[in-house]
Amino acid sequence: MSGQFVSRGFQGGRPSAETRDRLPPGQHAVSDFPVLSAGPTPQVTHENWQLTIEGLVQEPITWRWEDFLKLPSQEFTVNIHCVTSWSKFDTRWRGVSMDTLFEHVTLDPRARYATAHCHGGYTTNLPIDELINGQAFVAYEYDGKPLPAEHGGLARLVVPHLYFWKSAKWLRGLRFMESNQRGFWESLGYHNHGDPWKEERYSSDY
Amino acid sequence: MKQSIQWQIAQVKAIKHETPTVKTFTLSIPAWVQHRAGQHYDVRLTAPDGYQAQRSYSIASEPERVGDIDLTVERLGDGEVSPYLHDVLVPGDQIELRGPLGGYFVWDTTLGGPLLLIAGGSGIVPLMAMVRHRVAQRSDIPTRLLHSVRTPEAVIYAEELSRLSKQQTRLDVTYTFTRQAPANWRGYARRVDEMILREVLQTLGNKPRIYICGPTALVEVAANTLAGIGVDAESIRTERFGPTGGR
Repeated sequence: MSGQFVSRGFQGGRPSAETRDRLPPGQHAVSDFPVLSAGPTPQVTHENWQLTIEGLVQEPITWRWEDFLKLPSQEFTVNIHCVTSWSKFDTRWRGVSMDTLFEHVTLDPRARYATAHCHGGYTTNLPIDELINGQAFVAYEYDGKPLPAEHGGLARLVVPHLYFWKSAKWLRGLRFMESNQRGFWESLGYHNHGDPWKEERYSSDY
Repeated sequence: MKQSIQWQIAQVKAIKHETPTVKTFTLSIPAWVQHRAGQHYDVRLTAPDGYQAQRSYSIASEPERVGDIDLTVERLGDGEVSPYLHDVLVPGDQIELRGPLGGYFVWDTTLGGPLLLIAGGSGIVPLMAMVRHRVAQRSDIPTRLLHSVRTPEAVIYAEELSRLSKQQTRLDVTYTFTRQAPANWRGYARRVDEMILREVLQTLGNKPRIYICGPTALVEVAANTLAGIGVDAESIRTERFGPTGGR
């Protein structure tokens, strides 16, 4: 946090009190949905799509697209916060709660962290504690329509209480582990945890 | 490797008008740390009541310049930070920032080439840091910059790029004008498409390192088209800006 510095002549965009209450520190609200990706958009088809849960589980499991769609899904509306400082309120998704996916595997008691693996090679790491109890979803619809490819379609992780780089696009698997292995951005100077309310943007932010 | 990136107060040394909507701010950084071309700084504004707004801006200057940096910023009409930088800031003012930040969209001569840089509008900024770094290193790595701009008036760094492309060996700058081309223009005058990409690729061999920065639409088309015509997706690095000042 800053000390006493004030920017000469800056009054700010003056978001409403309600908006300010919903904005984590250093964030601003946007109405569009910016796209941020490190490389080309992977082309994932319904035919080649699959989602695997593996690592420290009794038995790995893989869903194909048509089976995944049969899992109980839910609509959820959440605020999302990107580390590049935009936040978007009331985004509407449909997807499968991670709690539902966890019902299909038996976790090894040593499992504490998950790494999400994606088409295109992207990875990100999350504590298992933060994937359960309604905190995380695998989403395949955005705003009532199939999730567009540039936003992570066919399916992406949505973990709204963490900065949005943790909500991995083009998800293809989750690997459960005992140790916390840094993912793509986490290895490139971004925070290992990424709580927007604590402003955990970069690895030096504690 | 890991160093703490703390907020600090920089001083505005100079402000240069690049185009009617783009200015370059030269800032002296007290705790200057050498950046890598392609990195950015976060700028934070604080109002008297403590309200803060922050945005990321790409570094335009080469890492070889010690003690200060250039941030080139486009003024977004509906923005919160860029209008302040453009309309309020004058040389001598102080500004709070931290950096350098970002570790993926970076290039230096040790990574080698050939290098293909594709910019849309003010997406040129981080790519310009790469060009300037290449010049400062006296590198002759084959480099091609494809710059998509709306109009001739909107070209950032026009004179410098024109001079460099004449002076430097194996540095080629190609424009495409998407809204209005200069009089008697014989080059590209359309949005970046597969034919343009195939033509610029041709001169660089089959394994260039590719950096693409600009609005989402341009980045999506360029990156996905290149991947679609057989360029290794791993060699393509992208940085996109939406209307980041939108509210």
